[in-house]
Amino acid sequence: MSELHFKDLNVWFGEGADRVDAVKHATFDVPSGASFGLVGESGSGKSTILRALVGLVPTWSGKMSVGGKQLGPKRTREFFKEVQMVFQDPYASLHPRHSVDQVLGETLKLHGFRGIDKRIEKLLADVGLGPAFRFRYPHQLSGGQRQRVAIARALAPEPTVLLLDEPTSALDVSVQAEVLNLLADLREEHKLTYLMVSHDLAVVAHMCEATAVMQNGEIVEMLSVEDMRAMRAKNPYTQHLLESASGYNPSAEQSA
Amino acid sequence: MSQTDTRKPTLREWLLTDTPTSRFHARMAALYNGWLTLRSNTMAMIGLGILLFLLLIAAFAPWIAPMDPLAQDLGGRLAPPGTDGHILGTDSLGRDILSRLIYGSRITLYIVTLVAIIAPGVGLLVGTVSGYIGGWTDAILMRITDIFLAFPRLVLALAFVAALGAGIENAVLAISITAWPPYARIARAETLTIRNSDYISAVKLQGARPLRIITKHIWPLCISSLIVRVTLDMAGVILAAAGLGFLGLGAQPPSPEWGAMIAEGRRFILDSWWVATMPGLAIFTVSLAFNLLGDGLRDVLDPKEGGS
Amino acid sequence: MSEKPLLDIKNLRVTFPTRQGEFEAVRGVSFTLGRERLGIVGESGSGKSMTGRAILRLIRPPGRVEADRLELEGIDLLSLDEKAMQKIRGQRISMVMQDPKFSLNPVMNIGDQIMEIYRFHTGASKKAAYEKATEMLEAVSIRDPERVMRAYPHEMSGGMGQRIMIAMMLVTEPEILIADEPTSALDVSVQTQVLSIIDRLVRERGMGLIFISHDLNLVSAFCDRILIMYAGRIVEVCEAARLNEATHPYTRGLLGSLPRLDEPRKRLSVLQRDADWRETESVSGRQ
Repeated sequence: MSELHFKDLNVWFGEGADRVDAVKHATFDVPSGASFGLVGESGSGKSTILRALVGLVPTWSGKMSVGGKQLGPKRTREFFKEVQMVFQDPYASLHPRHSVDQVLGETLKLHGFRGIDKRIEKLLADVGLGPAFRFRYPHQLSGGQRQRVAIARALAPEPTVLLLDEPTSALDVSVQAEVLNLLADLREEHKLTYLMVSHDLAVVAHMCEATAVMQNGEIVEMLSVEDMRAMRAKNPYTQHLLESASGYNPSAEQSA
Repeated sequence: MSQTDTRKPTLREWLLTDTPTSRFHARMAALYNGWLTLRSNTMAMIGLGILLFLLLIAAFAPWIAPMDPLAQDLGGRLAPPGTDGHILGTDSLGRDILSRLIYGSRITLYIVTLVAIIAPGVGLLVGTVSGYIGGWTDAILMRITDIFLAFPRLVLALAFVAALGAGIENAVLAISITAWPPYARIARAETLTIRNSDYISAVKLQGARPLRIITKHIWPLCISSLIVRVTLDMAGVILAAAGLGFLGLGAQPPSPEWGAMIAEGRRFILDSWWVATMPGLAIFTVSLAFNLLGDGLRDVLDPKEGGS
Repeated sequence: MSEKPLLDIKNLRVTFPTRQGEFEAVRGVSFTLGRERLGIVGESGSGKSMTGRAILRLIRPPGRVEADRLELEGIDLLSLDEKAMQKIRGQRISMVMQDPKFSLNPVMNIGDQIMEIYRFHTGASKKAAYEKATEMLEAVSIRDPERVMRAYPHEMSGGMGQRIMIAMMLVTEPEILIADEPTSALDVSVQTQVLSIIDRLVRERGMGLIFISHDLNLVSAFCDRILIMYAGRIVEVCEAARLNEATHPYTRGLLGSLPRLDEPRKRLSVLQRDADWRETESVSGRQ
C-alpha cells in the first residue's frame, strides 16, 4: 500500500496575471517504508510539493493522500502526528531565542505527551546529541548539531512520514555524511517513510530507492536508483543532470 | 588561551560557558553575555549611569532634597544660583529649584514608565496581529494606525487632553495614544519577515495555533527592536510631557513637573535665566541618557547577532 | 617551478580577539602561488576564506593579519597604506565571492558598474571603458553584451550574475584571481559552465588562480595543486591529479564521506577527528 499518494497535483502562487504555476500535474506514489527522492534545480517546484503537502502553501488542486486518507484544505494536529518535516537550512529553522530544551519541550507539549523531561533526553540521544546540549541556544551549536536538533523536533511526535527538504545542503561534507547516516539509521529504527528533496543526485542515489526528476514544475522522468547509477535516463534533461553530477571525475575533465 | 578574570574566575567561567547545565544557567549566561556587550559601549554605560542616578534620586527624594519643594518664601524670590542654601537658586515664588527638580524627577519617571508600558504594548499587539493574520484585519488595523499617524503628535495629544481634562494621568494617556502607531508599524514589519521563516513554519507543523505563535514565537523577537525604539523615543516623550506641562495641560501647579517649571520661568528668562534653564538642563540630560542607552541596547538586543 | 612566484606567503596568521581570549582563524600558513591554479580546500571554520581575505587585507579590525612575509612580486602587502592597497585590490589581485547577489550594486546598471571599476583603476575614457566592458562580457560568453550592459543585477539569473562578476573582476587584467566558492550558489548544470569560463580566462591570460572551495572533487578536477586546510593550518599539499593518493587521514576522511553516484555504499564513512591534527605544524605549500 502506498503511504503517500499524489495525483494530478497542481500548486500555484499568486492570482490572475501574476499566477505562477510552481507544480504542474505531478502524479507519484511513495510506498510505505520506502524512501523517495525528488530531484531538480532551484525553481523546479520540488520543495513546493512538500510545502503543499504539509499545508504551508494553500493554493493547490488535485489529490493528495497520506496513509489512504484524502487531504482537504486544513491540516489537523493528527496529521502532524503522522507527517513531519526537516527544513533545508538549520540556521533558519530554529528560533534564535529558544534553547534546545524549549524547542523540544514545546513540540512535545503541543502533541500532548507526558513525561517531557525523559522524552527530551531520549530524543537527544536518538539523534546523537548528549544531555549537555539540552540547554544550549542555536548560536551555541554548529550547523550539524542544529540539524540534529531539527531532526529531533521532527521525530518528537513519533511520525510515520518524514519530509526532508534538502536536509544536508547547508552542511559540510563530513557533517553531511553523519546526518545522512543518522537519517538512514532512524528510518530503519522507526520504520519511517521518507520523501526527500535534493539537488544533489549523489545524495538522493545514496538515500532513496526511486526518484522523480523535476524541471519547471513538471515531473519529467521517474528513475530507480539502478537506472540512475547506470546513467540510464531517457529524458535529455535528466541525462544532462546526471552528467553534470558526475562530470567532475578527474578522468572526465581536461585537467593535466 | 583564555584570559580569565583573576578575582572571580569561577563565576565568570560559569557565566561564559558554552555548555549550560540548566534552564537557569542558560538564561544567566545569555544575560551576562548581553551585559558584557553593553559594558563595552562606553556611551551606553554613561546613559545607563545617568538613568540609575535619576532612579536613586527619585527613590530617595525626601531625604536628598534640601527643602520642601512647595514651600514658598516670597522674601527670597528669584535668588540666583549659589545664594545661601539655594544651590540652583529660587523661582518666582521663592521655592528652591534644586528641591523642585529632585521631586520633579518622580513625576518624570512616572510619566516615562507608564508611556513606556502602554504605547509599545498596544503597538506590539496591533502590529503583530495585523502582520501575522494579514488580509482584512491587516488593512483595517493599519488604516487606523495611519489615521493616528496623520496628525502631528503634540496637536493630537493636546486635543485628547483638552477632551479628557488636564492632569498627569490624562497627559500620559494622551501621549500613549499618540505614540503607539510607530510601534505598531515596526512590529508589523518585523512580523512580516518572521512570519515566513522556517522556524515559524516548523511550529505550525506541530499544530500550534496563531495565538501561541504570536505570543511565544513572534513577540520575543519583536520586543527587542521595540525596546530599542522605546529608549530612543523616551526623549520625545519627556519633551512631550514637558510641552503639555508648559502649556498648562499636563501636571498642574504647584506640582514640580519639569516642563511646567520651564513655563513658569519663561516670564523671567531675561532677568533670571536660571529659573527656566535648570529644568531645561535636567530634561536635556535625561533625554540624552535615554538616547545613549538606546544606541547601546540596539547592539545587545539584535537577535541576528550570533553571540559568540 | 623555477620562475619567481607571483605571491609569496610565509607564516600567515589571522587573529580575532574574543571574550574567551584570542581566536586564531589562520595559524601560520605558508604557500606560494605561481601562474597556476591553486585550490584551497577545507570545511567551514578551516580558515580557507580568511586566508583569501587576508591576502587582500580585507579582515576588519579588531581582526589582525600578521605574516613573516606577504609579498606580491616583491611588494610587501602588509606595509602598504590603505590607499596603495586599494590600488592593488582589483587592479592586481581580484576576488570573486560566493553569491553575485550580494556583490553587485542593485541600483546601478551592469555596464556602469564594470566601467566604473575599469576607470577607477586605469583612468581610461568613457568610450574606452565601454569598449573594454563589452569585450569583457563577450569573454565570459555573454551573447548580447550591449543589452546586458544596460540591465540591472536583479534581471540576471545566478549563473549570469556570477559570469558578470567574473567579467568585472577581470576587466582590469589582474595577475591573480581569488575565487571564494564561486559556484556553490549555482545550480549544478550552470556550475560547469562558469568553471570552464574561469578556467579558459586564467589560462589565456596566464594568471594565478586561488580557488577556495569545500568541494574536494571539484577542486581536484579543476586545479593544479591543492592545499587542504584544517583548523587554520595546512594539513596536506598535493598535486590535484594525485588526490587519490593523499595520505593525511583528514583528506582521506573527506574523500570517504562523500556519497558517489558511480559507486554505491551502504554507509558513508564518518570522519573521526583527531585532536593531534589541530596541533601538528602546518605543512608548507611553498615551491
